[in-house]
Amino acid sequence: MTADGKLPVALVTGFLGSGKTTLIASLLGHPAMGETAVIVNEIGEIGIDHHLLRRVDERTVLLKSGCVCCTLRGDLADELRDLLSRRERGEIPAFDRVVVETTGLADPAPVVYTLLSEPVVKHHYELQSVVTTVDAQHGLSREESFRQAAAADTLVVTKTDVAPASALARQLARLNPAARVLEASFGAVEPDVLLAPVDHRPEPSMPDSHADHSHGDVTAVTVELDGPIDWTAFGIWLTMLLQARGSEIYRVKGLLDVGAAGPLLLNGVQHVVHPPVHLDAWPDDDRGSRIVFIGLHLERDELARSLAAFDRAARNP
Amino acid sequence: MCALCGVLLEQHWAEQDPAEQRAGRRARVFRVKLANRVLGHFGLRLDDWSGRMYVLSDRKGRTTVVENLGVLWVEAERLAGRPLDPLDPALVASLDG
Repeated sequence: MTADGKLPVALVTGFLGSGKTTLIASLLGHPAMGETAVIVNEIGEIGIDHHLLRRVDERTVLLKSGCVCCTLRGDLADELRDLLSRRERGEIPAFDRVVVETTGLADPAPVVYTLLSEPVVKHHYELQSVVTTVDAQHGLSREESFRQAAAADTLVVTKTDVAPASALARQLARLNPAARVLEASFGAVEPDVLLAPVDHRPEPSMPDSHADHSHGDVTAVTVELDGPIDWTAFGIWLTMLLQARGSEIYRVKGLLDVGAAGPLLLNGVQHVVHPPVHLDAWPDDDRGSRIVFIGLHLERDELARSLAAFDRAARNP
Repeated sequence: MCALCGVLLEQHWAEQDPAEQRAGRRARVFRVKLANRVLGHFGLRLDDWSGRMYVLSDRKGRTTVVENLGVLWVEAERLAGRPLDPLDPALVASLDG
């Protein structure tokens, strides 16, 4: 259970053939996994042992906004609710966590949206970690794989027995400086490392102030601001930005100095933003706001100039 | 659930304030005031409606009810008839003006 008494959910995504199933199968064999309910699109390849295995047919409900990422995955919501009901009726064993495996072509944002917004689901489950597998042999190529990598809290370079991983691991760290990067052969990763809750501290790998990186058209830029930022101004700015350019912004993650003792943790996948979390303390002596944006056509100076203008407007509204 | 409009009312992430920079009612008044600095650039105006919803209007008198900041920009684009980009240099200049 999480600190809020909810069931932790790990989302495992990754492109076709990138080793998601091998990774999950390896995890399920680990004693530290406890009782785990696994929701997959295809049954048959995962060794289930004592774990619960459920299959869903990907079914989406497009909400009235028409936005793809703010789409409710009805299949997943139904399955998660059904797991709760059957658990409470004693029809299935109590489980400690849920692992959701997406299809190789799935956009992770609707899954994140479902976990954060469906009323029953968000009351009982908490998304703790998004894990994305990337095949060392093929790396990232299609847009889906970039979106999946950008959404990750943890990136796992797989098939390291087939191809060297170090260059790809460095590329992934630059592409998604908000994620930790692990390497695994045959899915061998410790669960407590892989499924640790979404990091509430900035990773040391967050880029330096002027290190922006591009991979094809996908860019990671870091906006840094000195001094406390007005949270209301930031909320207005980011909601407007995500409406205007949301299809081009794959990920937003950072720490904000809002003038309190600790920072606000911000974490969003496309249009879908987690509720902000106020941390008790900064992780180090650096107290400046630092926000990573991953996506297309991003210019750091343009973002910083605009955000600073919104913040100044808040001083004189 | 709002009995009047039937819309499920849940606090949008941008309207939560875990660091408590401003208290509830004061935060809402400030949010409307600041949003109007931006919306005014596009000929739009936001008003609070009973502390639970907002009313967005344009200069032609067209109005629409919005629940939160997320929906606000969808409706603002619809009323303005064009994308509203926070990176627009003219908007940035007007905020600094």
